[in-house]
Amino acid sequence: MKNGTLSKDPYNIIITGVGGQGNVTASRMLGSMLVRKGYFVTIGETFGASQRGGSVTSGMRVSSSSIWSPQIPQGHADLVVALEPIEAIKVLSKYGNKDAKVICNTRPIYSVGVISGEQKYPAVDEIKKAIDELSLLNIFVNATERALEMGNPILAGVILLGAVDGTGVLPISRECFREVASETLSGEALEVNLRAYELGQTLAREHMGA
Amino acid sequence: MSNLADPREGNQYLFMGNEAIARGALEAGIGVAAGYPGTPSSEIVESLARVASDRNIYVEWSVNEKVAMEVAAAASFAGLRSICTMKQNGLNVASDFLLHLVGSGIRGGMLIIACEDPGGLSSQNEGDSRFFARMLEIPMVEPAYFQEAKDLTKWALELSEELKTPVILRSVTRLSHASGNVRLGPLPPPPTKARFEHRGPLLDFMTGPMITGAVVYAHSLVQGKAAKAAERFESAPFNTYQGPEKPELLIITSSSCYLYSREAIRVLEVEDRVGILKLGTTWPLPQKLVKKHLRSTDKVLVVEEVLSFLEDQVKVLAAEVPDEIGIKKFFGKKSGSIPSTNEQNPENVIGALKSILGIEYTAMTPEYSALAEAHVAASSPHRELTFCAGCPHRASFWSIHNALELDGRDGFVCGDVGCYTMAILPTGFGTLKTCHSMGSGTGIASGFGKLGQFGMDQKAVAVCGDSTFFHAVMPALVNAVHHKSDIILVVLDNGGTAMTGFQPHPGLHIGALGSGAQNIDIAKICEAIGAEVEIRDPFDLAATQETLLDMMRRGRGAKVLILRQACALSPEKKRAKLFEMAVDESLCLGEQCGCNRLCTRIFRCPGLLWNSERRKAKLDEVICTGCGVCSQICPAGAISATKKNRQA
Repeated sequence: MKNGTLSKDPYNIIITGVGGQGNVTASRMLGSMLVRKGYFVTIGETFGASQRGGSVTSGMRVSSSSIWSPQIPQGHADLVVALEPIEAIKVLSKYGNKDAKVICNTRPIYSVGVISGEQKYPAVDEIKKAIDELSLLNIFVNATERALEMGNPILAGVILLGAVDGTGVLPISRECFREVASETLSGEALEVNLRAYELGQTLAREHMGA
Repeated sequence: MSNLADPREGNQYLFMGNEAIARGALEAGIGVAAGYPGTPSSEIVESLARVASDRNIYVEWSVNEKVAMEVAAAASFAGLRSICTMKQNGLNVASDFLLHLVGSGIRGGMLIIACEDPGGLSSQNEGDSRFFARMLEIPMVEPAYFQEAKDLTKWALELSEELKTPVILRSVTRLSHASGNVRLGPLPPPPTKARFEHRGPLLDFMTGPMITGAVVYAHSLVQGKAAKAAERFESAPFNTYQGPEKPELLIITSSSCYLYSREAIRVLEVEDRVGILKLGTTWPLPQKLVKKHLRSTDKVLVVEEVLSFLEDQVKVLAAEVPDEIGIKKFFGKKSGSIPSTNEQNPENVIGALKSILGIEYTAMTPEYSALAEAHVAASSPHRELTFCAGCPHRASFWSIHNALELDGRDGFVCGDVGCYTMAILPTGFGTLKTCHSMGSGTGIASGFGKLGQFGMDQKAVAVCGDSTFFHAVMPALVNAVHHKSDIILVVLDNGGTAMTGFQPHPGLHIGALGSGAQNIDIAKICEAIGAEVEIRDPFDLAATQETLLDMMRRGRGAKVLILRQACALSPEKKRAKLFEMAVDESLCLGEQCGCNRLCTRIFRCPGLLWNSERRKAKLDEVICTGCGVCSQICPAGAISATKKNRQA
């Protein structure tokens, strides 16, 4: 679906993770890409205290006609992008529906409760099963591991953006990402971000083809 | 070049609400912007600082909100347009000056931008500062979305200059920290000339002194300006109506609540039954406009946050003119239709519309909802707030906590607003026991320190951040020293205003515009005030704890311990590890450790994990910042810290 239209208007995307993972940056990059494509974009973000280890969620509305609420109505998420797997389940429990699509990083960020042994963090397979049951499409990507191989864990967000592109649910492209990224990056930093984006595209396409 | 100062009219960008406000200020041709950092307001001054040299504007992070407002007022007195920015608490701090400023009036347009935090997402209160506009009788505007944030900032600065009164622009988190499309308007040439005319007659506020004498006369001028503002508001383009000519229900709303209301109407598909009167100008109320819409319906729902502000004004108006508009049924805070605490959201408005209009709607099918809830219950650990990995505060509170325990007099810590507030939680070992406004920990400790005559021997320790020290702690420390109050003030000096994104403060060589600021030494100030001062590195646990205990045990009087170590998120530190950390599994005793996993159970740094399969502590190489502190707390010496060459 790259003909420049939306499958739903407004199309609702939630990008979630834990403070410090770069999801605010990822949502702003995706938003800027869509504004360049001529869409109205609204992004609601919670940051501040939540930078310190708490859940951080950005809700994005994409529309060809107007701005919408920065808080997505419950049960109305079309796409969930999770930098942390447990956060995907939390988001689905509030905003999910049986037609929702999910793109999810596999790397857990343990809460202090888990670190201290007071709480248990479920196995990745259990999380995957839960998300499968709560969504129409569920793409698990080991983005942090791939980002570490590329030299910086923060690239996980860009890999997931590439994966969003790879699923074809939004009218975005590598070229559009390059334009937005080159507003703030150049040289090797820009190149590595482009490689991360391409990797995400490839991983999602492989999954879709499988 | 930053998109914020893009001179190409008509270009469209994704701007955060705060960037949109900053752009509006540039389009109005401001000369000066001042503020004190506070979520969700900080990005306005930050954005303007980045384009200051291009646009020939002066931008500063002031020592506190009152001084920020004074700095902005000076620009206005000299004929420039100016803004000052703050969060809701800040308007309280600045309100003493504002009360006087309203009386003297202003010259160049001056906008007070209060970014509020309904729901306290990043605050310790959800104060509704709209009441200042009514109390001080100055005009107030409230943008609802991004384009309007830009346009209304410019319009309000022009109105302020025309009426010679400061104007309040009220934003909220869901605008300031949300992002959306903004189409740019033209940029005027940067301002070049400032001059304060003061030789005119005593009561000529345009050429004479700026004073607040002649109270009653000045007050009558204030009310005249408010009346003019009300007239201008009647035709302001920011007050709009959407919906049927004769709606079954009229929603009156402002700010982000407008978007929630629109969303609720769309979700419930009641576009032909419900109309929305959105007010961008909320004090004084544009009465003719509101009356016109009240005539069109019998039922009115007011959607706003946090308190009943618009609702009260609309009801008073309706009570004055029942013969013109008829009798209305009102829904809002008083009827319980809309909660009077917390921020609003589409669900709250959907709930109100369901009950008023008698509509059935559920957001999720019961099957999906039950399944999701089961999965959350089974798999979703709660994320409690924690200090970052490598945060100096964790180390500082470890030492403060231990010193208080060793002192053995049931001592406690009084704090205030900052990341270190989290010391009320397990991440700070539950050490913090009072928490109020900026600097209040020191004032409260000063009071506790004088209760010895009533048999109180508990040790009161105050903590404050370095930025807070300058903002509001200095007078409290003067008070404690002057009255020989028995306190220890611990200044958690992490080299910036870390909580809000690392803005500079007077203790640093840099200001909002970069290098060249004069730094002021906290230790020297404390010494000059007359306190004993020690400086330690909180990462040196033994020395810190020993110093604190010594201070507690020595005689009476105020003492200051400065714990100096940069924030783990500071630009100088980011991703540069001091030490390479490693756990020697052959030495780690795991649960057999005398303290039963002291490191992961009590110290709880996010960079150090409990590997439940191997029953050993384990480092998370992505999260660990290599501060080296955990190697000092391991009783078995199983965690090693090897000095690394620092990398930028």
